Amino acid sequence: MIIEIGAFCLILSLILSVAQVGLSVFGRIRRSAVFYGAGEGAAGAAFLMVLIAFAALIYAFVTSDFSVANVAANSHSAKPILYKVAGVWGSHEGSMLLWCLALTGFGAIVALMARGLPAAMKSVVVASQGALGVLFLAYTVFASNPFMRLLEPPAEGQSLNPLLQDPALAFHPPFLYGGYVGFSIVFSFAIAALIEGRVDAAWARWVRPWSLAAWSLLTVGITLGAFWAYYELGWGGWWFWDPVENASFMPWLIGTALLHSAVVTEKRGALPGWTVFLALGSFTFSMLGAFLVRSGVLTSVHAFAVDPERGILLLTILGLAAGTGFSLFAWRAPKLAPGGLFAPISREGALVINNLILSAATVTVLLGTLYPLIKEALTGQSLSVGTPYFNLTFAPLMALAFLVLPIGPLLSWKRGDGLGALQRLWAAAGLAVMVALLVLWFQKPTHVAASVGMGLGVWLIVGVFVEIAERIHLGRASPAEVRRRLGGLPRGAWGMSLAHAGLGIFTLGACFETAYKIEAAQALSVSQSISVGAYQVQLSDVVSANGPNYIAERGLVTVTKNGEPVCDAKPERRFYPANSQTTSEVALCLEGLDDVYLVLGERRVGSEDQPAWLVRAYWNPLARLIFLGPLLMALGGAVSLSDRRLRFAAPRRAADAGAVAVPAE
Amino acid sequence: MKPLGLTGLILAAVLCMGAAADPSERLADPVLEARAKALFPEIRCMVCQNESIDDSQAELAVDLRKIVREEVAAGRTDTQVRSYLVQRYGEYVMLKPAFSLTNAALWVTPFAIVFLGLIGFFGLKRSSLDHAQETALTSEEQALLVKLQASEAK
Repeated sequence: MIIEIGAFCLILSLILSVAQVGLSVFGRIRRSAVFYGAGEGAAGAAFLMVLIAFAALIYAFVTSDFSVANVAANSHSAKPILYKVAGVWGSHEGSMLLWCLALTGFGAIVALMARGLPAAMKSVVVASQGALGVLFLAYTVFASNPFMRLLEPPAEGQSLNPLLQDPALAFHPPFLYGGYVGFSIVFSFAIAALIEGRVDAAWARWVRPWSLAAWSLLTVGITLGAFWAYYELGWGGWWFWDPVENASFMPWLIGTALLHSAVVTEKRGALPGWTVFLALGSFTFSMLGAFLVRSGVLTSVHAFAVDPERGILLLTILGLAAGTGFSLFAWRAPKLAPGGLFAPISREGALVINNLILSAATVTVLLGTLYPLIKEALTGQSLSVGTPYFNLTFAPLMALAFLVLPIGPLLSWKRGDGLGALQRLWAAAGLAVMVALLVLWFQKPTHVAASVGMGLGVWLIVGVFVEIAERIHLGRASPAEVRRRLGGLPRGAWGMSLAHAGLGIFTLGACFETAYKIEAAQALSVSQSISVGAYQVQLSDVVSANGPNYIAERGLVTVTKNGEPVCDAKPERRFYPANSQTTSEVALCLEGLDDVYLVLGERRVGSEDQPAWLVRAYWNPLARLIFLGPLLMALGGAVSLSDRRLRFAAPRRAADAGAVAVPAE
Repeated sequence: MKPLGLTGLILAAVLCMGAAADPSERLADPVLEARAKALFPEIRCMVCQNESIDDSQAELAVDLRKIVREEVAAGRTDTQVRSYLVQRYGEYVMLKPAFSLTNAALWVTPFAIVFLGLIGFFGLKRSSLDHAQETALTSEEQALLVKLQASEAK
């Protein structure tokens, strides 16, 4: 019965979304407060209905109701409760329902909580969000309904892929989808701006918090996914330039560009058309990702349950939504008032260069992902575009962006002093060059790209400190004044500093780990050992260790360094009978910021017919920075979001005062 | 990075993690082994889902690693090994597309965007600034500015 309620509510939410569009559009035409209100009410109700449907599906998974096809295909009665719940979004159908939940949820927040927004513009936002809701809910109801019953329910489910039964991956999709779908609100704001012909500082202040929130969620989502790949797939890789990863990375890159261009539009009223374009682009790339991942047009390590027919439908949705958005842009954008003027060397100019490079980087990722398809369609030849391509194209573009990054915040708006900014960065430049040379000198084998990368990481991090020191007049004003200024720095400034420093920290980790990780593998009998880097890894014993839904061998491994004990690790090799699948539970010994990474492999026959296990050990230096950096970036986003300027009521005050925001300094 | 609902295809990927490190496959000479290992990430395991032979233990990947090691051991240069593989398996086997005229769009576009963008930005800005040449302050404006700065300083 609960399942039928879920199915019913899902259909109801589709109908309510249709009503949301109709009422809001009619209200906008008549400028009628009653219809505005009705449209907003429908948005809230649509969300409530999807929420009930979602709860019903969770209920089905928790109670292991195998008469529901989706539960039977993705759950198992012996699965731990966390993974029963996570199984809800572990399948195509369930994840689309999560997508719809986020879509209607964000729509409801705007409809019911954004009180300061001009009524006409708000009604267009609500209508646009409703229209997106109609598209995706219709898809879910008609082509991907998670509530389908089975005529003959099986006694046991097929279980979730054991690789996905992992805490990082349980929380990865909600964050990721929060990010993807968060950009839908930005998209709707862009549609509203184009229809109302109004892109100004107040509009940009509405868009900023949403793009910040979406971007931060997406950052966390991608990081969780990378961390999962790092320790679950068992070879220590964390990014493969795989189409599915690229699908999540493209909206992130465009979202990053949007964050920066929205600042220019908010503070200076400049680049309004470009900001709207990026706002449309961010959600377009999110939808493109949803299509690429689910359609099977690309082969990927993380292949989703692929279905070409659904792929066509998703492509249609993508075409309808993005086509409408960009047609509207082509028609209306030329009418937008041009923004303020600025010299090439200025804060605006630096942000334009940021946007230029990020756009080029997005195109690079897009091209690298789709080029094999294009080439095959045009010439019939198949070719591969893999990591080496991105190392040669994406990495230099980023290096260029990193080079410019610390200079931007030191330039003033409108017309900046480029030479002065560079002079203030002498310390950062000196340290960066020194670190790069030290790495080049001491780390063997010589790896020029990694050394340059380490230098750039230091340049970014020290650049952040220089920027803060400049803002608080360190060394120029009295200590009391410096303290006062430090206390008076807006949260937005701290957020920016955290994000930029996080990028630097990530760069340090990524370059160093990739260039200097050490790998060792040996078939070990009990009490034999291998060395990896400075560490000795001894296999003390192998015991059996069975879990709720798997059986496992557990290696008891002792790691020592120069005879000193470092840690006891317990890597496992698990067998899940429900999927007849074997997985490795990697053991990580955290040593400072480095990881000693241990994998227990297959059992072999060793010397003297003793059983032996293939033990692989990696030393991944500075590996933790790779995940710490992006989390700092997301934290920076959250701190910025808490800035008073970006609270929901703030834009109205700004609009009422008729003020174009005051520059930060 | 959306590994939801992974299909069984990943099974192959996982059974074979870090396959290239398997000691039973290694060459005795560490220099040659290092050269072979450096080539693995460039070569695609063609039956796998977008993986290099460095990561995969599918039978084909094992075979390809063997071929690469044999070629390296037989004294071929890296370029010779690559062209041998392309000859045998087609361009698809290389994860790094060739720098060829037909792939020009792939290799040139990223840099062309930045290059043209920068030219456009600086070029346009210069001319638009010329049009909007800020005129010098009038004496009245200058006086007002001095007054404002004085009041700010207090």
